[in-house]
Amino acid sequence: MHRPVSTYVTFSCHHRIGAALRGGGVQRTLLCLALALVFGGAARASTDGFESMLGELAGKSFRRKSEAIQAIADSGHPAAPRILRALLESRAFFAPESERLLLDVADSGEGVVVDAITGEATRVAFESGRRKIVLNNAMRRLLRSLVARAGLASRDPRERRQAIKELMGRDDPEIQALLREALEIEQARDVRSLLETAIAIGALREDDADAGSDAEARLRAIEALSGSLHNESRIALDGLLTRLESRQSKSSEEEAQIGAIREAIDAIDRRKVGFEILETLFFGVSLGFVLVLAAIGLAITFGVMGVINMAHGEMIMLGAYSTWSVQQLMPHHLESSVLVAIPVAFLVSALVGVAIERGVVRFLYGRPLETLLATFGISLFLQQSVRTIFSPLNRAVASPSWMSGQWVLNDAFALNYNRLWIIVFSALVFAALIGVLHRTRLGLQIRAVAQNRAMARAMGVRGARIDAITFGLGSGIAGLAGVALSQLTNVGPNLGQAHIVDSFMVVVFGGVGNLWGTLVAGLTLGVTNKLLEPFAGAVLAKILVLVFIILFIQRRPRGLFPQQGRSAEA
Amino acid sequence: MTSVANRTVASRLAGHHDLLVTGALGIAVLVVPILALTVPEGSALHLSTFSVTLLGKYLCFALLALAVDLVWGYCGILSLGHGAFFALGGYAMGMYLMRQIGDRGVYGNPILPDFMVFLDWQELPWYWWGFSSFPFSMAMVVAVPGLLALVFGWFAFRSRVNGVYLSIITQALTYALLLAFFRNEMGFGGNNGLTDFKEILGFDLQADATRVGLFVTTALVLIASYTVTRGVVSSRFGRVLVAIRDAEDRMRFLGYRTEHYKLWAFVLSGVIAGVAGALYVPQVGIINPGEFAPLNSIELVIWVAIGGRGTLHGAIVGAILVNFAKTWFTGLLPEAWLFVLGALFVMGTLFLPRGLVGLVSRRER
Repeated sequence: MHRPVSTYVTFSCHHRIGAALRGGGVQRTLLCLALALVFGGAARASTDGFESMLGELAGKSFRRKSEAIQAIADSGHPAAPRILRALLESRAFFAPESERLLLDVADSGEGVVVDAITGEATRVAFESGRRKIVLNNAMRRLLRSLVARAGLASRDPRERRQAIKELMGRDDPEIQALLREALEIEQARDVRSLLETAIAIGALREDDADAGSDAEARLRAIEALSGSLHNESRIALDGLLTRLESRQSKSSEEEAQIGAIREAIDAIDRRKVGFEILETLFFGVSLGFVLVLAAIGLAITFGVMGVINMAHGEMIMLGAYSTWSVQQLMPHHLESSVLVAIPVAFLVSALVGVAIERGVVRFLYGRPLETLLATFGISLFLQQSVRTIFSPLNRAVASPSWMSGQWVLNDAFALNYNRLWIIVFSALVFAALIGVLHRTRLGLQIRAVAQNRAMARAMGVRGARIDAITFGLGSGIAGLAGVALSQLTNVGPNLGQAHIVDSFMVVVFGGVGNLWGTLVAGLTLGVTNKLLEPFAGAVLAKILVLVFIILFIQRRPRGLFPQQGRSAEA
Repeated sequence: MTSVANRTVASRLAGHHDLLVTGALGIAVLVVPILALTVPEGSALHLSTFSVTLLGKYLCFALLALAVDLVWGYCGILSLGHGAFFALGGYAMGMYLMRQIGDRGVYGNPILPDFMVFLDWQELPWYWWGFSSFPFSMAMVVAVPGLLALVFGWFAFRSRVNGVYLSIITQALTYALLLAFFRNEMGFGGNNGLTDFKEILGFDLQADATRVGLFVTTALVLIASYTVTRGVVSSRFGRVLVAIRDAEDRMRFLGYRTEHYKLWAFVLSGVIAGVAGALYVPQVGIINPGEFAPLNSIELVIWVAIGGRGTLHGAIVGAILVNFAKTWFTGLLPEAWLFVLGALFVMGTLFLPRGLVGLVSRRER
């Protein structure tokens, strides 16, 4: 399936000249013209011939369709790049009535079609339906390579990088020549380094007979690939290593090459392991912050007030359902609905929390086991209510575009935006909570009631009111956790149950009544869990963490950071 | 909290309740087989096999509730993980029943249970050895939950983990076991658990007579356990337990090794729960990791709370009544059961601190 370079040169020149004249990239255009002259692929497409090529695409024979694709690329017709790209993305189809090839224009909304040749929007009635052009894998490979060659001349550095990645590791001297030409005129540093890697890979894959004459160049190529994170680099190095080692007699140059390859592969593996550890840490920290977010509400109700709120998980669930409901209410504002959901979820959960405190919990102060049972009953009640109102099925909350996707740092390391945002969000909520407790009058009163109820009341703090507010605050923060969780998992009636045991573990591990302890405990458990996972598997890692906490509580029943002084007596 | 003095009044009344409980169970032992096996099927008095099994299930739950009441009602240890002991006993029984299937499984392998054949295991894991013997299995029914209770309790009570902390780590215990038993690699059938049992001690498990036999066994075990636990709580040991519940520090200052008392009560309770599980499995015909779910363990605490904790007979009454209500509601209005259960939790703790039995005995006094 190797095609002469003229394929790329011709149509990309047509594609490019206009853009080049508009400004910049003159050198690249000159390259196109030069190559076109060298390889002699002059554009001489007659429109009739071109139409018949398109007609071939509607046929059944894959062989003839492949030939037609080649012919389209070779023709140098101005519409060729557009057609090839549409074919690759399955946006091309045939209208049987008018016998025309039409293209869906993806970014102009649904239902807009353009004529393949003219590029003008058309209205076609599809009485007998539209016929998609069926491709097989070999054709897709061919198309990808043709499109990549075109992309190499693009003005957009991102498209050039994409094209280089597509072309990387192809055994084709012409592609190598093309890449070398591109390197000479390339200005952007990151694209240059990518090109150098691709050329070095090509140098390793060349036939040994050719390369034998220039061992020095090959050694340089090996060194260039040392520590490169692209999968293709590793494959090329491995391939060369096997070829060299299988030789019966090795020259001293080849011995040197083998040594260099071993070093290069070691360097690659070391870097990869480094990034894997970084990635594990990132996942651990993000899991840790999810745990912290789910647990700090509990740290308030359990830690500060001493109330066992088994319905805490359901407060999280209510927050998640609030997010879902807000999104249903404003379907056209997906981007901002999550932001609107934050205060809504806080209020919904906080109000339910206050209702629980006023209705049930306040009658049970000083009887922790009874509180546990009563709030558990409330949790069952809330779960069943949600099941009845929203159906027992899981609901998916859509992520806004600024939260989806990855921040790709290199081939071995990428960070998910939603996890990054959740880390930021948890940290903000935590900071805000610390601020409220230690910098406001309300926080002072909350802490006073927690330390010594009778004395606080004697000083004029309204104990009952503070109790309700504290409980509401803890519940509201659980609601915020629900907003965050809705971006990670599906929203269902059992969402809260899945987090209640974890949350209690975090609070107890960190030391009851200590918010900083909760933070440290959550992060520790999250990172530990993720570090264990590669060796033990996800479930076993979780079991090990649970067993660890059970044993830890035996040794230090009051957690990592026990309360000291008078408030520890309770 | 009820004071020690009040307890003695209750224990004077308790003799009266003992007669009622054992009497009612004794009558059931005599009457149920007659109604189920001799009364012809068309008759209004006939008891179907389904009902016999249902009653047997209730009695298993009553046994479990009895175990919880012993530690919660008399010793102040609120265990939210008693379902773990129940399930372990059940798994020991299930393993015996699996081995009894022999080569009648779907794959017809004479040694390996079906799920192991399915997972392509080559030989029986060592921890399955001996389970083809009934006496060995029964020893395991007692030993496995008992050992777990011993080890767990020894660590927990020695380091004075109590109150809510204990409740939470017992919940973590059963949650960890739940996750562990879900894994196929554990060799306990993973998600599906153990099922498809054929016979017990050579008796066909589907036969009416076997079902009735299992019911009678359960009732007799319940009577025996009730007598034993009643004996324990009215002994000197039991009075120390109650005193620990009400003022542990004071007992420690008086020179009692409170952790030892708590530990033995916890182990006895774990063993009773295990036996309940072992009786439960042949009647329902399946044991799976779902039995370890923290929800189950919490639910059984409410049986005790509704019946009246610290009374023993209250636990039995509560377990039977709540489960009867559950059967009735899930048949009638499946949606509503969790509402009812939730309301039971809230109302029970708010308005019935001494349970249904507490209501009755107050009137008597």
